[in-house]
Amino acid sequence: MKYIDEFQDPELARRLLDDIHATVTRPWALMEVCGGQTHSIIRHGIDQLLPEEVELIHGPGCPVCVTPLEVIDKALAIASRPEVIFCSFGDMLRVPGTGRDLFQVRAEGGDVRVVYSPLDALRIARENPGREVVFFGIGFETTAPPNAMTVHQARKLGIQNFSMLVSHVRVPPAIEAIMSSPSCRVQGFLAAGHVCSVMGVGEYPELAERFRVPIVVTGFEPLDILEGVRRAVRQLEHGEHTVDNAYARAVRPEGNAAARAMLEDVFEVTDRAWRGIGVIPGSGWRLSSKYRDHDAEHRFSVSGIRTAEPAECRSGEVLQGLLKPHECEAFGTLCTPRTPLGATMVSSEGACAAYYLYRRLDVPTTTTVREASPVV
Amino acid sequence: MSDTTLPTLDVEGWTCPAPLRDRPRVVMGHGGGGVLSAELVQQIFAPAFGGEVLAQMGDAAVLSLGGARLAFSTDSYVVRPLFFPGGSIGDLAVNGTVNDLAMSGARAAYLSCGFILEEGVELDVVTRVSQALGTAARAAGVEVATGDTKVVETGHGDGIYINTAGIGLVPAGVDLRPQRVVPGDVVIVSGAIGVHGVAVMSVREGLEFGVEIKSDCAALGGLVDAMLAVTPDLHVLRDPTRGGLAATLNEIAQASGTGVVIRERDVPVPPAVANACAILGLDPMYIANEGKLVAFVPREHADAVLEAMRAHPLGADSVIIGETVEAHPGMVVARTGLGGTRVVDLPIGEQLPRIC
Repeated sequence: MKYIDEFQDPELARRLLDDIHATVTRPWALMEVCGGQTHSIIRHGIDQLLPEEVELIHGPGCPVCVTPLEVIDKALAIASRPEVIFCSFGDMLRVPGTGRDLFQVRAEGGDVRVVYSPLDALRIARENPGREVVFFGIGFETTAPPNAMTVHQARKLGIQNFSMLVSHVRVPPAIEAIMSSPSCRVQGFLAAGHVCSVMGVGEYPELAERFRVPIVVTGFEPLDILEGVRRAVRQLEHGEHTVDNAYARAVRPEGNAAARAMLEDVFEVTDRAWRGIGVIPGSGWRLSSKYRDHDAEHRFSVSGIRTAEPAECRSGEVLQGLLKPHECEAFGTLCTPRTPLGATMVSSEGACAAYYLYRRLDVPTTTTVREASPVV
Repeated sequence: MSDTTLPTLDVEGWTCPAPLRDRPRVVMGHGGGGVLSAELVQQIFAPAFGGEVLAQMGDAAVLSLGGARLAFSTDSYVVRPLFFPGGSIGDLAVNGTVNDLAMSGARAAYLSCGFILEEGVELDVVTRVSQALGTAARAAGVEVATGDTKVVETGHGDGIYINTAGIGLVPAGVDLRPQRVVPGDVVIVSGAIGVHGVAVMSVREGLEFGVEIKSDCAALGGLVDAMLAVTPDLHVLRDPTRGGLAATLNEIAQASGTGVVIRERDVPVPPAVANACAILGLDPMYIANEGKLVAFVPREHADAVLEAMRAHPLGADSVIIGETVEAHPGMVVARTGLGGTRVVDLPIGEQLPRIC
């Protein structure tokens, strides 16, 4: 953590920006895959500083945003049961399901708790043997290993009252789906560094070759992102399309072998629906049959819940990079972080929320939202 | 004008019919100091209570009584755990209310103290909290003049809740209100932000951040006196508690109709707080403080006020973080370290730790 300042150094940033400005000769569209990168780009104003020829398209990389509505509805149904203690990371509590969110379930008497690790949920299960403890296991390859380890531990320790509602997603199939779309404008990818720190970079050369796009593994601090952009632009300008690791301080080519072994043991690949996009084949993980008795969907019989998205929400196009958040007619009017139509306006890593929170000066809306002052 | 007589509208007692959006019940965000809290006050409490003084909507009400200008404030304390690094609920119950009075320029004179005790809480804990409260009161130069005790059944409270109310005299010539802020004012913060919130979180959630982070809980009356000694013409003071620095700056921007610009690199965030926030995906700008103040000062007095603040132990790390402008009225904008800009918005409810 002591390096944070170094990776936000304005002088070094200026040098990287100068290099990008000097290199670019024509328009390029890059997609940053990860929501953490989107948040960092908007928060630090990085997109304002890049040459106008370099367009950053915000990809479907926020785990909160892409969790399907019907999974949220399953979570609400389980969390409402009196015997359940429902544990979740904090930012899932505000994601709207059909008509309500987990905060409201809590206000109605449901036992919903914010935890910082799935192991906290396992501890709660041990301390409450008379209750059913359910952990909401969502996210990309970054959060999947600790979740897998927790289920593994529950089995090993014989903690029967612990189960997990799993909706994990995988990045490479999403890149493949985006690149296969006829309307795709993406010419290069900034791959999510933390995903690669677990999975390595082995899945990317084939994608880079097949779609002829540079893929640059990129970190999250401002200088990391600028370096990722710099390397991607250089490749594009030279007509190259290789996999390049610009985040070597955290990413080994082979990834984290122990984490991958844990994933292999506990999860199996499945087709997964992405909120706003639809089903992407092979893009998710579910608990393997060996761990089925810790699968909350089966334990609480919520597999049958089916839900449709609100028609006004165009988050699918935003998540695919086809639409900038402020180009949606509902942005800032019908749809604000306070009254979100879709998950991209809920999560602080969602592209719509990031634009709304940080960019309202550049993006005049038809009605300026005036919120009242709090009494502190 | 036509001859048609227009109907006379009776707006006495009229209240906005709009319900609190989408929320049939209270959620934790209604207590978070952000948008939901404001709606609760503006849509339910203020219409029900009425009154001109309440409409001031300051940390403390300033009212005239028997020829004197009094500042009057109340606050309830429901912190968990009761004891945390750097303080306790007893310290907070004094300093929080004393500081609300100080932000109107008043030195707190008397406090009331209401205890709501949960059945089963150990008397030793009650004793320790009371002693902390008494010690804090003596340090702040305020007397606990009246009190009350209630006991609720087991399971109906977190051991101890405390409500304190305070009164103090506002000196002549002092008029601290956000409406006095004008473009060109200088924004000063009295030291590191986010410390109290992270200290409480570290104990509450059992999180370790490598170094112990102690709450900055302190009574700010002396610091305010030192500032007023330089000039009574400060425009507004606020202690950025719930909702943090971001909520306070937004509140003042909106109430004054000016824009606020801050330089992100000048906002003092200690490394331990920055690291804790980076781990949890939180923004230090929204984390609660209990011993800091934000001052909006006329430019011509800014250097002298800053010097006086730095000469006081509770203001040693004071720093200018920005200024007010005519552009983007009601909005707070941060200039980022890299040279970009972003809006700093009001929090909606509670800040939530991010997943990754």
